[in-house]
Parts: sequence; structure tokens; C-alpha cells
Amino acid sequence: MKTRKLSSTLPHMLLSLGLVSVISAALLGGMYLITKEPIARIERESRIEAIRKVAPDFDNDPQAEAMKIPTASGDTCTLYPAMLGGRFNGAAVSCRSMDGFAGEITVMAGFNADGSVRDYEVLSHAETPGLGSKMQLWFRDPKGARSVIGKNPATTSFYVTKDKGAGGQIDGITAATISSRAFLGALREAFSAYTEYKDSKGF
Amino acid sequence: MKKLRKKLKIVWEGILPSNPVLVLLLGMCATLGTTSSALGGLLMGISTGLVLICSNSVVSLIKSLVPDKVRIPVFIVVIATFVSVLQLAVNAWMPALNASLGLFIPLIVVNCILLGRAEAYASRHSLADSALDGLGSGIGFTLALTILGGMRELLGAGSIFGMRIYPEDYAMLLFVLAPGAFIALGYLIAIVNRINR
Amino acid sequence: MLTYISIIVTAIFINNIVLAQFLGICPFLGVSKRTDSALGMGAAVTFVITLATTVTWCLQTYLLDPLGLQFLQTILFILVIAALVQMLEIMMRKIAPALYMALGVFLPLITTNCAVLGVAILVVQKGYSLSESIAYALATSAGFALAMWLFAGIREQLALTPVPRGMKGVPLALVSAGILAMAFMGFSGIKIG
Repeated sequence: MKTRKLSSTLPHMLLSLGLVSVISAALLGGMYLITKEPIARIERESRIEAIRKVAPDFDNDPQAEAMKIPTASGDTCTLYPAMLGGRFNGAAVSCRSMDGFAGEITVMAGFNADGSVRDYEVLSHAETPGLGSKMQLWFRDPKGARSVIGKNPATTSFYVTKDKGAGGQIDGITAATISSRAFLGALREAFSAYTEYKDSKGF
Repeated sequence: MKKLRKKLKIVWEGILPSNPVLVLLLGMCATLGTTSSALGGLLMGISTGLVLICSNSVVSLIKSLVPDKVRIPVFIVVIATFVSVLQLAVNAWMPALNASLGLFIPLIVVNCILLGRAEAYASRHSLADSALDGLGSGIGFTLALTILGGMRELLGAGSIFGMRIYPEDYAMLLFVLAPGAFIALGYLIAIVNRINR
Repeated sequence: MLTYISIIVTAIFINNIVLAQFLGICPFLGVSKRTDSALGMGAAVTFVITLATTVTWCLQTYLLDPLGLQFLQTILFILVIAALVQMLEIMMRKIAPALYMALGVFLPLITTNCAVLGVAILVVQKGYSLSESIAYALATSAGFALAMWLFAGIREQLALTPVPRGMKGVPLALVSAGILAMAFMGFSGIKIG
């Protein structure tokens, strides 16, 4: 089948390319308007879901009262305070560690008002599947000294037991010590951000 | 009847005799990057297939309106538009998919299969044939990715589509990691070479 | 300074663009039969990635972000890359014909090299500053060139080796790429600073 084509003169080329671009821009703009709402909602919901999971009960809007707190390593943690009946009930803190086996690890940790870890959630990571990626389950496993849940970084040393110099009291993941160190490092930064916030507010 | 067989042949051509991944060796990045599990491969295949059918149809529709010298930029704009639409739709309604495929959704744009089929097939054939060609290549791509993903998941994690086949402790983790992707694909292509010969 | 060293070492060795991130596989398999053409491709890609990343970073920061048009990212970036490659080809033919003769054949292929678009999108996702982005782009393409060159060396040897017929060509190349990727995995876990 032989099709007749528009010849390649400059006006034809400009017209054709321009027309296609305009139509595609219009299509994309329309699609953007349709999806804008759901995308914003999903983003909001997934964060509030993580906060709800790790933080103690609250009746405020933690995202509206969120605070960015700089850490010793030059990064920033985000703290979401959990207030119940106007009283400080704890907080969720999300921190990033760059020291993972394959780069960044982002963890959200929830602290009770007394500073003990209530729960945590690994928000993003690129660790080795099957080894470092076990973080999400390992550090809540009651076996041995694996779990960080219920422990207070002020009284328990949040280092892996291998790091004897730091007096480590948490069992690292077997064969994934670097991931474990990075994870615990993020938790320590979260805790220091948490105490800093608590002290500054006088809770 | 004869006509139907001819149409079916267009589809079949893309599935095995000139399978985009296993025979033409196109779209390797997505093939290796998204197949650490069978599900990942399947989802990536379907996404690419959808874009391929749409872009093939549109390219075929506008083929007589596009002067030769600007055809590549025009095709790229068409493909990029559909990829962006897909990206927005995935973000809005299937956030889990976005998390598992990540960067590889926008990278569908530079998947050589799309531009290749637009240039080699859709720019010279009718709308229906082009759509069928897109369907065939899409199915071929999806099949290849699902099989590769299944292989890697079975060997590397001991499961298929998340269903456990044997205990994870006996699995060869290597196959879920980067080197396993290359090795598994190498053997898969060797097998297909053998069948096609 | 430490950030830059960390970005560069990570991009070249630990997260090698080809062997760990699976970007730029097409030229990696297609143009790696001989070491000199592999190096040529590496040089051309280095040039395009660095230039394209600089331009797209500026577009993203000064055009898309302020106007809230992030959804046009994919389409704008790929057009910029295609236009850059095209312009580069024309300019090189006029200014440096010798270089054009050496790299010419690889240039059109670069538009559909997913490493270019991949790096442009990745620096935006990682939130790098302009100078960090350029360092990342340079290091990533150095990693690409390194992988290409090593792999081409292996393939030159493989071509002389008798192998089973079914494995000849691409299948064997892929398996060797897997072994090369395994060697690169040895770099992961390196800690800088």
C-alpha cells in the first residue's frame, strides 16, 4: 500500500509538529486535571497511614504541625507530633540514612511520650532483597535482642551488638550488618530529633 | 476465513517468530530492571503493551499528515504523550504499581520497541493492522517478561507470583539480584534460539 | 567535598548504571563487539548525558517546578535530549569533522539510550543541586564507559572461543555480563567518610 505523504517543506513540517504538540499538550493537561485530586489524596493518605501506624494515639493533624529538625549529620528529620486532648502523647519522626548498603534508607519511627520506641516503618530503601530488606520485620522480632519495640534509646544503646565499642545492645540482621547499622543510625537520629523537640517545647 | 488467518498471523509474528525481547533484543533495560518477580514482569509488560497499541494506532492514523523529515520527533511526541498519560493514571489509581516499577514507567518512552514498531510497521500499514501488530508485540513482550520474572523469582526466592514453591532458605538469592538477571536472560534467549531454529 | 566523592564513587562502582541499574543495556549489548567502538560510544554518551542533565535540570528547576507543570517532565526531557543530539550532530560535523567521523554513527542511537533520560530523571528525583547533578552525570557516564570497555574486552576474547551453537552471540554475552555484574557487586558496602 502506497500512501501519499505531505512533502517535507518547512511550513508543512512546522505545521505538523506544532499540531501534534498542541494536541498532546491538551491531552496531557486534561489528564493532569483529572488525576490531580486522586494523586494528592493518595500522597496525603499514605503518609498519614504511616503516622497512624507508628505514632501513639492522637486527635490533632500531625501533618499540619510537622516540624523539620536538622540533625548532627547535616540532614533533616521531619517530626509529626501526636497530641491527645491537648496533651503531648509522643511523635512520629521520619529520618534518612545515607549509609545503607545501597544508599538511602528512610525510616519513620514512633515514640511514646516517655521516649520508648512504639513502632517503626521502613518508608523506602534499596537494600539487597532477602538480606538488608528484612529490616521491616527483623527489628520487631521478639527473638533474642532483635526488637527495638518498647526500648528507649536513652537507656538502651541503639548500636548492633557487634559494635562493642559503642556498647551495642541490638542484634543486627545476619549477613547484613551495614544495613542494620544504617537502620539503627536513622533511629538514633530520629530519637535525638525527638528529644530536641520535646526539650524545646518543654513537654 | 483467509482474512482472519492473515490477521492472526500479524499477532502471532510478534509473539514468537519476532518476539521483541527474545529475538529482536529490544527493550532490554525494562526487561532486566523489572523482572525480579513474575508480577513485576507481568505489570511492566502490560503497561508497555498498552502504550504500544495506542502509539501504533495513532501513528498509523496520522502517517499521511507527517512529512518524512520530522517523522521521528512526531513519533516521539506521540509515544511520550501516551507514556505520560499512563504515568499519571498509575500515580492516581495504582500507587502500588508506581512503587514497584518506579523509574521504569517514564523510561517506556525510550524503549526501542515503541519507536521501532512505529517506524518499521505502523508508518506504512493500516490502522487495524498496526493495532494488531501492537497487540502481538505487546503480548510477546509481556510473555517474555513474565517468564523471565517467573524464572528469577522461582530460582531466587523460591516462589512464583508470591506463592511459595519451596523454602526460601534453599533459594539462590543471586537470581533476584542484578547478575542473575543477565544470566537468566542469557539462558532464556539460548532456549528460544533453539526452538526457533 | 565528601558528598561529591561519595556521589562519584557510588555512581561509577557501587550503583553502576549498566550492571546494577539496568540502564543503557541496548548500546551495552549492541556496540560492544570491539573495544575501540565501545570507547567511542562511551565518550559520546558521556558528552550527551552531561549536557542533557545540565539542560534538563535547569528546565525542571526554573520552568517546570515554578509553573507546577511537573507532569510534562517526560515529554519535555525526551524532546530536549532528541534536539540536543540532533544539534550536536550538526555542530560536530561543522566544527570537528574528525571527531564526527569517529563518533558519528553512535550519535543517533543515543536518543533512545535510556541511560540519558534515566539520569536526567534520577537527579531530579534525588533532589541534587546543579553541581551535584553534573558530578553525578559525569560519574555515571564514566561508569557506563568503564562497563562498556571491560565488556568489549571480554567479548573480543569470547569471539575466538568455540562455544555451543545455541549459546553463541547474545546468550553468552549476557551470561558474561552477569559475571561482570557479580564482580561489581563486590564494591557494594564501601563506606565513604
